[in-house]
Amino acid sequence: MLAHAIFFYFFSFVAIISAIMVTASKNTVHSVFFLILDFISISCLFIMIGAEFLGMIMLIVYVGAVAVLFLFVVMMLNVAQQKNQWFKSSDTSTHIPIGLIVSLIIFCELLIVIGGWKYKPDIIKNFSDSQISNSTNTHTIGSVLYTEYIHLFQISGMILLVAMIGAIVLTFRKREGVKRQNYFSQISREKNQGVELVEVKSNEGVKIDV
Amino acid sequence: MFEVSLGHYLTLGAIIFTIGVIGIFLNRKNVIVILMSIELILLAVNINLVSFSIFLQDLSGQIFTLFILTVAAAEAAIGLAIIVVYYRNAGTIRVEEIENLKG
Repeated sequence: MLAHAIFFYFFSFVAIISAIMVTASKNTVHSVFFLILDFISISCLFIMIGAEFLGMIMLIVYVGAVAVLFLFVVMMLNVAQQKNQWFKSSDTSTHIPIGLIVSLIIFCELLIVIGGWKYKPDIIKNFSDSQISNSTNTHTIGSVLYTEYIHLFQISGMILLVAMIGAIVLTFRKREGVKRQNYFSQISREKNQGVELVEVKSNEGVKIDV
Repeated sequence: MFEVSLGHYLTLGAIIFTIGVIGIFLNRKNVIVILMSIELILLAVNINLVSFSIFLQDLSGQIFTLFILTVAAAEAAIGLAIIVVYYRNAGTIRVEEIENLKG
């Protein structure tokens, strides 16, 4: 129990500090770094408490998709303090030490989660549950999610579809002078428009109009 | 002290929620940080749901956390698309320069 308390205080301390740094840091890129650190700490907490599936899903969705999306937008819009000196002058750039610090803390957290994994069974035994102890967390979530909550699950899929289409429609723009495919004229092309019979005279050849 | 109970997790969620709200109010920089604060708030809600789900031994909390995760991802995608379009039109996303609605 003591080990679990120590892990809890460590992860929550890192989470709170990095949450403060998200809102307080001057550089937006550093904010995204600390957001990633915050997500990883909270997902380590979830793994420690016994909700492994959600911890892993949070790693994949938040860190792998959302935070990287934030980072892309910050880089594209160039709202950071520096202008276009990401890797040119590494001695004046402040991204690299902050990034190294954040990734070092993330590495330590992963080590601690792997090391503290053996303390998990006696935590789970205290929350002794027939559901949890018989099968894994993922198994039980799947057995509930696809039976009782199947409609909500499909509606959440529709939400993702609408969000995807909305993001594409919002950021789509037509540029002048760019050649595009015209699917309709491509598909509705007939044989008599594409193939032409030409009378070829001998010794003259054919000139093809483009 | 050494017995980590439900109250500890709820306190952690409350602290992160408050930091997110403060981040929205005190932000003078750009809109992306406001979106990140919203993500922090949703994260605090997730902490509450998961800890209640574990300590009360009811799986519904974790299911709803999955749905909140979905909505958060959709919200981040749409919000960032809006920010990109606004930056293309107005040339800035600083909070104090966004004043089209005279707010």
